[in-house]
Amino acid sequence: MQTISEPPVERSARKDRVAARVRGVAPSGIRRFFELIQTMDDVISLGVGEPDFTTPWHIREAAIYSLERGFTMYTSNLGLIELRRALADHLALRYGVAYDPGDEILITFGVSEGLDLAMRAILDPGDEVLVPDPGYVSYAPCVTFAGGVVRPVPTSATDGFRPRPADFADRVTTTTRAVLLGYPNNPTGTAPNRETLSAIARVVAERDLIAVSDEIYDRLIYGREHVCFASLPEMRDRTILLGGFSKAYAMTGWRVGYAAAPRDLLAGMLKIHQYTALCASITSQMAAIEALKNGEAAVTSMVEEYDRRRRVIVKGLNDVGLTCHDPEGAFYAFPSTMATGQSDEEFAEHLLLEEHVAVVPGSAFGACGRNHVRCCYATSLPQIEEALRRIDTYVKRKRQG
Amino acid sequence: MSNPGRRQDVDDLSIKLLKLLERRAALTIGELATMLDAPPDEVARRIHHLEHARVLVGRHALINWERVGEEPVAALIEVRVSPQREVGFGAVAARIARFPEARSVQLLSGTYDLAVEVTGRTMKDVASFVSEKLAPLDGVQGTTTHFLLKRYKEDGEVFDEPEPPPRLPYAP
Repeated sequence: MQTISEPPVERSARKDRVAARVRGVAPSGIRRFFELIQTMDDVISLGVGEPDFTTPWHIREAAIYSLERGFTMYTSNLGLIELRRALADHLALRYGVAYDPGDEILITFGVSEGLDLAMRAILDPGDEVLVPDPGYVSYAPCVTFAGGVVRPVPTSATDGFRPRPADFADRVTTTTRAVLLGYPNNPTGTAPNRETLSAIARVVAERDLIAVSDEIYDRLIYGREHVCFASLPEMRDRTILLGGFSKAYAMTGWRVGYAAAPRDLLAGMLKIHQYTALCASITSQMAAIEALKNGEAAVTSMVEEYDRRRRVIVKGLNDVGLTCHDPEGAFYAFPSTMATGQSDEEFAEHLLLEEHVAVVPGSAFGACGRNHVRCCYATSLPQIEEALRRIDTYVKRKRQG
Repeated sequence: MSNPGRRQDVDDLSIKLLKLLERRAALTIGELATMLDAPPDEVARRIHHLEHARVLVGRHALINWERVGEEPVAALIEVRVSPQREVGFGAVAARIARFPEARSVQLLSGTYDLAVEVTGRTMKDVASFVSEKLAPLDGVQGTTTHFLLKRYKEDGEVFDEPEPPPRLPYAP
């Protein structure tokens, strides 16, 4: 007698073991460059995305001391109350927005986790999110993973990549749930002024949307004040504010950030966080407390240094013919590659192979980033100057060729 | 913002300029102008003025001679001085400062008065400078010599700081 085991039909029909929602997201556009760079030496990388400073010593020392005293346990799901209180004071003092440290602030594994929590907390399947393009690489995938649909809001170099409020209003439909903003922006460095952000806020209020505002670069802003989206009229109760310690205090590897939001939204995020993450690392939270308490001088001196490098790289790129708007924040310049007649992908690849300078193609950040490259100036001035010399050589050769 | 004790001819831009040069003396006029967002002529004029006013008194490289294997012998000399009428410690300090062997001369509060860093080719050079030149000076009551064994940090730079671990060359 022969027995034939019948395979379950649903299984066999589904050839791929990974879910469709995940398969549908393209792998990171910079992966390929990682492999190229492995084979090379003497590379100057303007492709990095983090400060070149090491975390200030007083912060590292506070973390070490916390370990010596035995702070090695879980914290509350929300995070250490001392840290939440310090953040509430910080946000009230700096931006005039009041959050209750008891249930309106959540400590996360950086903005990355906060973003994921926000999307999962607010989106039902098919809900649309308006996202300025270009924007940080995680925005669209986080919306998709949460079951939402991204509606890009195009921005362009002619406006210095500032978003136009009308472009948001035009794209709002009955299924639009939220706008997802990231200013100062990665990759463009753009930081829109109060007027522009207020106009976007009016769209949010009039169309009854939620704003998710990634303000991880809030402290890295040059010659102007950062406008906290939650501080705009009617926005505190409509905004999920995401922030962190990575950029301002050079703490990328600590993975510590926060979300501040009205209680109902925060409760939704907390529910996911408590089951998926439990709590952020206590060591990192102890470090974050020290950063808020005593880190101001270090932030100021790092920002001054970034500003000097910013001027050097922006002038240098424009001088060699790679047109570049003046970035108001973050630590990125975003020049056009058009002078070389190359697309951003070609430019980034050949600049790396021929001159050993790494930059990130703008199209990794959305269709509107095409023909631009992201150059990070969180690297020493001599390195920036050497990179500019190599870029100059490259551009001249391509123009002649 | 400006400190009430600040010189009239030194404004915020000059302060920024000085702070830059203090850390990176080799910056060119062009580089300074870009970083400070000021015209190159203006930067050059200010540097000239600050040098003339003896505000900008020198622009030195910081060298770890120990790495070269040519480090001079150095000692910190505590000097106890009897202050003199009208000039206090100034006259003795100025007299010591004129010796090229004295790398720095500072007045301190506490159990002694002047701290003098002395360098020489050998320990004997330093010792004989102290006993023959420094100790016999009028007003010097006594000295204590501490030979310098190792420099860990100077002018804000740690000498043997390990290279920081590499960052990801590409990061989003």
